[in-house]
Amino acid sequence: MEELNSLLHGFSVALTFHNLGFMVLGITLGILIGVLPGLGGANGIAILLPLTFSMDQTSAIIMLSCIYWGALFGGAITSILFNIPGEPWSVATTFDGFPLAQQGRAGAALTAAFTSSFVGAFFAVLLITFLAPLVAKFALKFGAPEMFAVQMLTFCSFVGMSKEPPAKTLAVMALGFALAAVGMDTVTGTLRMTFGQPELLKGFDFLIAVIGLFGIGEILLTMEEGLAFKGKSAKIQLNVVLQTWKELLRYWKTSIRSVLVGCWMGVTPGGATPASFMAYGLARRGAKDKDSFGKGNVEGVVAPETAAHAAGTSALLPMLTLGIPGSPTAAVLLGGLLIWGLQPGPLLFQEKPDFVWGLIASMYLGNLVGLFVVLTTVPWWAAILRIPFSVIGPVIIVICAIGAYTVHNSLFDVIMMLVFGVFGYLFKKLRYPLAPLVLALVLGDMAESSFRQSMLLSQGSLSIFWANPLVAGLMALSFLMLLWPIVPALKHYLRKHGN
Amino acid sequence: MTKLGKWAGRALVTAIASIGLTGVAQAWEPTKPVEFVVPAGTGGGADQMARFIQGVVAKHKLMAQPLVVVNKSGGAGAEGFLEVKGAKGDPHKIIITLSNLFTTPLATGVPFNWRDMTPGAMLALDQFVLWVNAEAPYKTAKDYIDDVKAKPANTFKMAGTGSKQEDQIITAMIDKVTGKKMTYVPFKGGGDVAVQLVGGHVNSTVNNPIEAEAHWRGGKLRPLCIMDNDKLPYTAKVTDSQSWADIPTCKSAGVPIEYLMLRGIFLAPGVTQEQVDYYVNLFKKVRETPEWAEFMQKGAFKQTFMSGKEFADWLGKTEAMHYGLMKEAGFLAK
Repeated sequence: MEELNSLLHGFSVALTFHNLGFMVLGITLGILIGVLPGLGGANGIAILLPLTFSMDQTSAIIMLSCIYWGALFGGAITSILFNIPGEPWSVATTFDGFPLAQQGRAGAALTAAFTSSFVGAFFAVLLITFLAPLVAKFALKFGAPEMFAVQMLTFCSFVGMSKEPPAKTLAVMALGFALAAVGMDTVTGTLRMTFGQPELLKGFDFLIAVIGLFGIGEILLTMEEGLAFKGKSAKIQLNVVLQTWKELLRYWKTSIRSVLVGCWMGVTPGGATPASFMAYGLARRGAKDKDSFGKGNVEGVVAPETAAHAAGTSALLPMLTLGIPGSPTAAVLLGGLLIWGLQPGPLLFQEKPDFVWGLIASMYLGNLVGLFVVLTTVPWWAAILRIPFSVIGPVIIVICAIGAYTVHNSLFDVIMMLVFGVFGYLFKKLRYPLAPLVLALVLGDMAESSFRQSMLLSQGSLSIFWANPLVAGLMALSFLMLLWPIVPALKHYLRKHGN
Repeated sequence: MTKLGKWAGRALVTAIASIGLTGVAQAWEPTKPVEFVVPAGTGGGADQMARFIQGVVAKHKLMAQPLVVVNKSGGAGAEGFLEVKGAKGDPHKIIITLSNLFTTPLATGVPFNWRDMTPGAMLALDQFVLWVNAEAPYKTAKDYIDDVKAKPANTFKMAGTGSKQEDQIITAMIDKVTGKKMTYVPFKGGGDVAVQLVGGHVNSTVNNPIEAEAHWRGGKLRPLCIMDNDKLPYTAKVTDSQSWADIPTCKSAGVPIEYLMLRGIFLAPGVTQEQVDYYVNLFKKVRETPEWAEFMQKGAFKQTFMSGKEFADWLGKTEAMHYGLMKEAGFLAK
């Protein structure tokens, strides 16, 4: 019960009027950062970091971590309203969130997203509170082959997601891998497919592709369909929150599964983005009405949001205990810790208990405050869809352009975003699914490095992927996931030919 | 987002950016926010130092304008270097360097060279230490090297940051001493590399001190030797029994390797001497802060400061050394 005492002490540190004020300020700033696509939590915190050096240490940490929560919450808003993911881990939220908004249920989608975020983060904080040392040890077991097995599992749990022909899925996935391969090859240290163009050195950033494919592509479609938002009819209902909560209770199984996926991916550290995709894939597998996914199923919002937040929060655990940041935002926070003279690592919990438990307490409080702040704004966000498209359309394009620019401060990226936008439009017209492309683009790089690192370690022998129970179990699970969709088809075939 | 919200957001960012807009004008001073380019990803050694400097500058109000850290890691840092090379005459852009200043153009053929930029100052030199897992049986560098020599090639695995960069160059130097090749496995960042060793997935690393310090203190890693001619001067105990100063040099352990990494500042080409002087002075002030002293000790840096001709001569010499080492290892771009 030592943890509980330390935690209560942490609460007493965090719960002053002064610090609560910083929490609200941090959350609000964070939401704004999350809403602007591309600006992202990492950039936002980096910009605001110097601001906190003149504050006392605890308040500074509380404000920074609240910006982090705020950005996590805010990422869902543009995904649902405009099909523009503000953060990479919100991509999976667009699959069902945006159709919901088009049906006039933006309020419900937002409530589901925010509530799930809170649930995911809350359970992850519980994990950090009570299991930190244990979990940190588990994270150490993950070498290159284990990482590859996790990425394999993500791909496999996503296979069969699309209703489009498998050949189309394969084609766009291959395109995603090709785009991911552009730039520096980290294993040989040479450049690939840059054709001597300095702009291509940094490869295709996932965020720019996503902003273009989803955001700009969607705007082009809307323009074609007569400059009107489909969700225009949305009524402002102030009790939408309570109504959605009733519905959410039905998805408790999905929530639990997504929390587990998220915590696990955050700790290992696979990251929030693969976690959200994996949870979405699993939710669809487990659901009775699979076909309603992608057409506006609230469960399809619950799963990725819960997992992304559980992962985003538990990503702080490897940072505190091992000094490896689980996400870019965590990396910037790490820089902040160093300036305050705190060296993250296995001894941080013993050397600076005040700081660690103050931070953990602020995770509980920050999320609670954050949930309250975002839920009160749900009707207002939903009301944005009532603004005429001719007004909001150009604003969205500007926000997209700023977002694409801020990723690398490069104008070339804005042009790339427009090119991706045209492709997004064409792909939608030709009924090519975009999700596999995005998945391949975001995971392709990581999966390739892990695979090749494993091959170097084993001197080219594939047996490294079943060398120990952990990696073998993960691989077996992947293949099970891969073959699962064939089972019903096989049954069907046998029944037909058995007679 | 509403228009109002967007403007509020922008106003806010502007307000934050303009904090600290005071100061007396004398000689040249930045007239707008200074971009501090890091040619590496977030969380690595160069990034940590840049963000630390940003913090020190903000805390002690050393600059009237804000210093903004921007990561441009594409193409092993080529993205960042090319940007500074292209910003001719722009005094509001500075870049922190690591060894990729020399290795990236040599290994990839991307057209840039340190002479394309204006050398500012050397801030410090970063050390390299040979680390093994604390549970490994090797107590000294000699134990380890002897075992590498005794076993067949590729038995031992070395994890390092990036490919054909400093860590792999050092590995090639060790290979030359032992006559047995180690398998080099590249990872993205120094933090990842250290954790791979803690987890027992590889046999050794050549992490910079700051990347592995926490694990050493936590009893997970063991330093065998340091790749410099002299031992480190920091005598404060890091673990119960050892300080940085207790780590023997690799030379004394029969592995004659000396390699240090530049942590320095460059400006865009075509800036005036007055502008260079401004930044050299700024970093002198940074180096006088107590935070800097603490940072140097924690990361066990070699505190050498150079600027002007002395720095340029050092750069020329170090570039030639990298060319030689990389040619020998077969890392040069064809």
